[in-house]
Amino acid sequence: MRPMIQIKNVSKSFPSKAGKVDALQNISIDMEQGDIFGIIGMSGAGKSTLVRCINFLERPTEGTVLIDGKDLQTISNKELRKTRQEIAMIFQHFNLLMQRTVIDNICFPLEIAGVRKKKARERAKELLKIVGLEHKENAYPAQLSGGQKQRVAIARAIANNPKILLCDEATSALDPETTNAILNLLKDINKRFGITIVVITHEMKVIQKICNKVAILSGGTLAETGLVKDIFTEPKTEEAKRLVYQGTETTAYMRGKHFVRIVFNEQSSFEPVISNMILSFQTPINIMGADTHNIGGKAIGEMILQLPEEKEIADKMIAYLINRKLAVEEVDIHV
Amino acid sequence: MFNETTIRMLQDGLVETLYMTLISVCMGYLLGLPMGVILTITDKKGIRPNAVIYKILDVFSNIVRSIPFIILVVLLIPFTRLIIGKSYGSTATIVPLVIAATPFIGRMVESSLKEVDQGVIEAAQSMGASTWTIIRKVLLVEARTPLLVGATIAVGTILGYSAMAGAVGGGGLGDIAIRYGYYRYQTDIMIVTIVLLVVLVQLLQGFGMFLSKKLDRRNTK
Repeated sequence: MRPMIQIKNVSKSFPSKAGKVDALQNISIDMEQGDIFGIIGMSGAGKSTLVRCINFLERPTEGTVLIDGKDLQTISNKELRKTRQEIAMIFQHFNLLMQRTVIDNICFPLEIAGVRKKKARERAKELLKIVGLEHKENAYPAQLSGGQKQRVAIARAIANNPKILLCDEATSALDPETTNAILNLLKDINKRFGITIVVITHEMKVIQKICNKVAILSGGTLAETGLVKDIFTEPKTEEAKRLVYQGTETTAYMRGKHFVRIVFNEQSSFEPVISNMILSFQTPINIMGADTHNIGGKAIGEMILQLPEEKEIADKMIAYLINRKLAVEEVDIHV
Repeated sequence: MFNETTIRMLQDGLVETLYMTLISVCMGYLLGLPMGVILTITDKKGIRPNAVIYKILDVFSNIVRSIPFIILVVLLIPFTRLIIGKSYGSTATIVPLVIAATPFIGRMVESSLKEVDQGVIEAAQSMGASTWTIIRKVLLVEARTPLLVGATIAVGTILGYSAMAGAVGGGGLGDIAIRYGYYRYQTDIMIVTIVLLVVLVQLLQGFGMFLSKKLDRRNTK
């Protein structure tokens, strides 16, 4: 099956006073139909530029993007606008038309697509039901909360039944509770309509909650990409590690040596591994932090342990943990 | 206090002033609105950047706006005569008024349209909106409050210009004020024309601001 989105060797540079700035360098990613694909990185990593290359709001300097097999580089402007109707986008600051009511905002993309007014309004009402805002039809954006505004933006985005929905830091301006509600809505939309969703974020929590795949960007290059559960269990690159540990707030206080991070999956959490290990080695260990994450519907546990100073025992403990089929990794954290 | 002829003259002056101002504002917008739109979209950060077109309009508007209006009236006499057939009276004054109003309105429109959130424009682009659709349905609609405020200011300014043209026989209340107040020392008539002008500006200003607030949905509660 051909990928829904194919990013092929995309580079983007911007001219600036001090020569050119490379925002993206040789990025290649495939995203399948139905994926919820996360793109994560620190600010300035090039996430926003990359997502704008998918609908050609930014034209790549080199490389190209294929949407459902269609090469955006080769098509005319008119055809590009037509294609953009299949690639909807939502934003951090919602970007609603402030002078239009909620329902007229949702009708806007339908107007652009040339849908008859009466039909557009019927469709808009249907969409308001999907996002749970039937009662706000005639309100203006200024009368809505942040979460409600993003719901309107989502309704507006999916009005033309797009194949793809790009979310540019869509929950970054929202509080945690509202963030959860919006993420659930996105997941629901992905399931119900099979829309491929691309999520740009700087928060690992967002990725864990809804994405099945992730790409990690760092300084305009692709650091790592793969299934979320793999990267979460065994982050390979520095950048990936930094982001995965982001959720463990205790890391900031750790000093000393012999830290290991272990990850449990559902099977391995039945056995009391840590207790058994302490009992069999007769040596105490220090639990620095522990957390459980819901990744793609599966409970995955994470724990940071401080092992004894003696290298011999510590190495044996690591061997013991690996033996129990846990992902173990020595970490060296100076935050 | 005044005889019937004087009152008739003041009435005519009022009508002439309104006629000059409103026609000039309308024609000024006919030219200035597209000019402001083009200045906005051809700007470096606009949706259709074009340095050459931007520069031409930029320089043109700066030249016209740096000529004092009273000089512009004199400068344009041959041109006015060519179009209207004479160089004095209220209809003739409309020509320099429109020429002066166009760049003024163009700049006003430009600054209003630039207030529109860049993100909203980007959202429209992401939906596949054409440049024309963005102008019509995003820029002009989202900026309607600053546009109306700008229009109110434009009316006031052009009304002031029309009175200034009175110095060279432009017709209207300004003309009366100059002829009676300055040349004939009839201060009472001058004061009446001033009061009429002040009331007129107040009314137009009040109406414009009322309308712009009434139509603004950004702060709807």
